[in-house]
Amino acid sequence: MGNALRIEDLRKSFGTGFIPRKKEILKGIGFEVAEGEIFGYLGPNGAGKTTTIKCILGLIFPDAGTVEIFGKPHLAPGSRERLGFLPENPYFYDYLTAREFLAFYADLFLLGKAEKEDRIASLLKLVGLEKAAGLRLRKFSRGMLQRVGLAQALINDPSLVILDEPLGGLDPLGRKEIRDLIVRFKREGKTVFLSSHILQDIEMICDRVAVIVGGRIVSQGPLQDLISERVLFTEVTVSGLEPGELAGLGESLSVRGGKVLLKVIEEDKVGRVLELVRAKKGRVESLVPRTETLEDIFVSMVRNQ
Amino acid sequence: MKIGTIARNTFREAKRDRVLYLLFFFAAVCIVFARALAVLTVGDRVKIIKDVGLASISLFGVLMAILMGTGLVYKEIDKKTIFTLLAKPIHRAQFILGKYLGLVLTLFIMTVLMAAIFLAVLFAHTFRVEWPMLTAILFIFLELLVITAVAVLFSTFSTPILSSIFSLSFALIGHLSWGLETLIRKMRPGAGRTLARVLYTFLPDLENFNFKTEVVHGLPIPPRIYLYSTAYGLLYAAFVLGLAVWVFRKRDFI
Repeated sequence: MGNALRIEDLRKSFGTGFIPRKKEILKGIGFEVAEGEIFGYLGPNGAGKTTTIKCILGLIFPDAGTVEIFGKPHLAPGSRERLGFLPENPYFYDYLTAREFLAFYADLFLLGKAEKEDRIASLLKLVGLEKAAGLRLRKFSRGMLQRVGLAQALINDPSLVILDEPLGGLDPLGRKEIRDLIVRFKREGKTVFLSSHILQDIEMICDRVAVIVGGRIVSQGPLQDLISERVLFTEVTVSGLEPGELAGLGESLSVRGGKVLLKVIEEDKVGRVLELVRAKKGRVESLVPRTETLEDIFVSMVRNQ
Repeated sequence: MKIGTIARNTFREAKRDRVLYLLFFFAAVCIVFARALAVLTVGDRVKIIKDVGLASISLFGVLMAILMGTGLVYKEIDKKTIFTLLAKPIHRAQFILGKYLGLVLTLFIMTVLMAAIFLAVLFAHTFRVEWPMLTAILFIFLELLVITAVAVLFSTFSTPILSSIFSLSFALIGHLSWGLETLIRKMRPGAGRTLARVLYTFLPDLENFNFKTEVVHGLPIPPRIYLYSTAYGLLYAAFVLGLAVWVFRKRDFI
């Protein structure tokens, strides 16, 4: 399989202020997205995620570097034929109904009348907006806008779907629905490029990730390579013991309803806690070993920059 | 085809904009008011209806072109709808031309409606259809083509308020620049005359589209003047649109 997207040494500066002073937003980033994978693009706010996406889409012109979409330069005619894009905050033509809105984008891909009608009907069904098809977008809730935005991104049945913060501002149910759709895209053979700072979601669905901090890629690769299986600490909840009796074995995080939550760093001390509970005729309520998460890695990367 | 899609959407946007109807309402009121004004006038009453009617069509046409044209591209950038649009396989030139043609279509329909009211008011007074008026209205529409192009140009890099001020200034200068031509004729050769000539070349001369006096008074107009005015209008609009595309193609959408 080839690459759906290849970026090499991408640089972009913006001039800000009355007397423009150059501020470098992208400082030579590079990564590749293989066909058929879900690629997570992580970074804190202001790291350069949206700027990268705008460079890919040709909305801003990079100062230097290469962007290729399915092997073609990103500004070449037709390079956006196989591309679908959902922007960070869904701003659309609020004077249009959902059906008119999708028809407008379908016409930009020169779809035939029958194909257009079929595509619109199936997409409205896919995103669960069949009943709102005749409603103007200004009456849509944030979640509905996100869903109709996703439908417009799929109007050309794209091979590469670029989603900028698709899960931001959604309730847990809405997030799950969008997550399920993204996984479905992958099953259908589409490549998904997903930018987000909601690490939990990225961790759940992405095959590979790249982390951008301060305009530089600080880490990239398969998710399992980034997250080690090493146990960082163990959280033990015990009852029937006073917090004072557990002193020296770990950090007491909370005491509530006679239960003590203890953070135990050294592994051998976990055994000693259990022995103590048994000796004092207490009870172990729970024991959770905490392995490294994407969030831990992300936080340490951001702090190190 | 893609230009047509964008133009249709722009037309739909304009159609659902209340400003358009407000301006149209005032234009209609002014045209009908011309009849009332004529009743109060001593002398040639038909001339008053024609003068006020044509001036109303021209004024409200220009206001529609400026108020809607200046927001045309800016709104897409400000509301960020441009992100999804330009992510589709369209050229930036297609976007500008589509937007322009959509507004031109809107203005055409508005001009036709204003013209219909105007001819109906005239008919109520004279009991005959004054077809020669259409010549003046056609050239008013040609002027709107130029002003819309200018409004779109400003809209590609400026806010609607500034763009409106610039476009309105353009329209005003355009109607006064003929004075420069007279000045050039009366000046002695030298730096001053060259400067006046350069200014006159670049500044628009919108009086080229003003045939109101001729049609109201039934004065003859040589066909080559029509031809010259039409070519001037179309070329000026094309040049300004080319400039708008050039500015727009270089823009980053942050």
